Amino acid sequence: MNSVVLALIGIAMIIAGYVFYSKFLAKKVYRLDPAYKTPAHQLEDGIDYVPTNKYVLWGHHFTSVAGAAPIVGPAIAVIWGWLPALLWVTLGTIFFAGMHDLGALWASNRHKGQSIGTLAGRYIGGHGRNLFLVVIFLVLLMVNAAFAVVISNLLVSTPTAVIPAWGAVFVALLIGQAIYKLKWSLPIVSIVGVVALYALMLLGDAFPVVLPDMIMGLSANAFWIIVLFLYAGIASLLPVWMLLQPRDYINGLQLFIALGILYAAIIISGPTMMAPAFNNNVPEGTPSLVPLLFVTIACGAISGFHGIVASGTTAKQLDKETDARFVGYFGAVGEGLLALGTVIAVSAGFQSVAAWEEVYSAFGEGGVGAFVSGGGAIVNQGLGIPESLSGTILATMAVLFAATTMDTGIRLQRFVISEMGQIAGVHLKPLAATLIVLVVTVGLTFSAGADGSGGMLIWPLFGTTNQILAGLTLSIVAVMLIRKGRPVLPALIPLTFVLVMSVIALFVQMGQFYAAGNWLLLVLDIIILIAAVWVIIEAVAAMNRARRMGPLTDLQEEEENIAADADKRG
Amino acid sequence: MGRLAGFAAGLREFYYAPYRRTLARAQRDEEDLFMMLVLSESLGVPNPASYYTLELLPVVFEHFHDWHRRMGMDRSPLDSISCC
Repeated sequence: MNSVVLALIGIAMIIAGYVFYSKFLAKKVYRLDPAYKTPAHQLEDGIDYVPTNKYVLWGHHFTSVAGAAPIVGPAIAVIWGWLPALLWVTLGTIFFAGMHDLGALWASNRHKGQSIGTLAGRYIGGHGRNLFLVVIFLVLLMVNAAFAVVISNLLVSTPTAVIPAWGAVFVALLIGQAIYKLKWSLPIVSIVGVVALYALMLLGDAFPVVLPDMIMGLSANAFWIIVLFLYAGIASLLPVWMLLQPRDYINGLQLFIALGILYAAIIISGPTMMAPAFNNNVPEGTPSLVPLLFVTIACGAISGFHGIVASGTTAKQLDKETDARFVGYFGAVGEGLLALGTVIAVSAGFQSVAAWEEVYSAFGEGGVGAFVSGGGAIVNQGLGIPESLSGTILATMAVLFAATTMDTGIRLQRFVISEMGQIAGVHLKPLAATLIVLVVTVGLTFSAGADGSGGMLIWPLFGTTNQILAGLTLSIVAVMLIRKGRPVLPALIPLTFVLVMSVIALFVQMGQFYAAGNWLLLVLDIIILIAAVWVIIEAVAAMNRARRMGPLTDLQEEEENIAADADKRG
Repeated sequence: MGRLAGFAAGLREFYYAPYRRTLARAQRDEEDLFMMLVLSESLGVPNPASYYTLELLPVVFEHFHDWHRRMGMDRSPLDSISCC
């Protein structure tokens, strides 16, 4: 089957979802009101609360939520054939991710831009906030460990990406200096930065850096993982203007360029889908499609992490409430398109079915490596860029996404640890908290098989925790909808689906970890399962409570808001 | 030209917005420390530079009320400054 047709069908479905379903959500479910005074206007302070143009806000929201996860997940999940992955990505984006992201944005917007954590305390009950802390801790733990494995695998499999991947750090440092010390104008800095990044890719393509098999008593993969965590630890402690801010920015620009390159190449070259639509002949040891598909692809179909971004910064900058439809729902659309492009790249970028099966020889194999080689072949055919260079471009893109998420992830994890310390009555300095984060994450990474053998075992666990977080957000949205007497099924169906799939997936994986004798992952699996059951119990209780309390008018809501504010002031 | 300028403004927003809060907080923290240095003599901490910091009092005076509330003191800690 021709991939252009599939790409167009997929895009058409997602766009139709935006045009019709998000309109239904905006009109009937959330009832977005153009006259509602958004927090950005109510509490405008020029810092957190700033009314922002909806296109700029969308750009910022989209680049914060899109990362390596919508590449890694679909690239692994294609092992069951491209059709299930494609359907889950498109339908997930339309009915799950879009609904969830818009809902989180709306919920936060109606509560002065408060975060999901705070709303959990308010709608789920007293334990809500602690529950949220536990789940977010687990998500960050998983994402840091999984991405470290992803990056180290890429640096070993694509040695040409080593120079641009690390060179990008220096480019970011220089951009920070150019802006804050030399006061260059931003458009010039942006052009110079992007050109420098692509020049580094050319340089890296000419000079691949291959590490010896053993280095300082460690395998090449393990060595990169240690270096990565050392870097991420330092990066997360540096002042943000020096590294994280310019790095996020240049990555955001690069995201748009790379997405453009990928789709242009697919449309020009029109490769045939080589992977089977349904893989009846999956390698031994591959878990069953239901439920694992639904946790392997989290980002790109539904991801709880989006709710954190939507309620953290985006909701405080909405100019009009009706903008939420574009910013929230279309943000999910952007990520869905990235996942869709990945599905096509890893299914169509091979010469033959045999070549594809060779790459997807076991569950967790293929992955980003397949994205780099498959996507590289497509970019080569479509745009005529030499294959090794296009592979370098895609590998660098994936490394940069994963690495920026790691930088931020470790920083956020440090805040979570400090907050947990505060609850326990211990004051932790940033350095101490960072060290705790690094020790825990490195331990987890190595226990999951740092030499690349069992590498991505941990990935479905990351998807699961991410879905549980999404479930928590959706239950807040559902409680709000019940209390307002609105249609609740659009939230309730995705909520039930993701939580049920997560729990089944946790049981399936528990069996696998037990059989493999991987005790650490088994314990982790059980902890996540407890968190999942906890979320379900609290969500059901909160919804029952909401139903008994009866509908809430807007006036009452305003009064409750005032009361809650008074509570907080003590 | 107008569109280009608009694009540059959008780009600027894209650069600064994500970290506006972090940077503003850091600035506030530094100003809080500065406030404490300026007021140190009246708070009972000997300050060899108090001759000079006295001159700065009118400058920081306007922010004094916000500062003592942020520091967890509901009422003004100084008899000489009664803002609330």
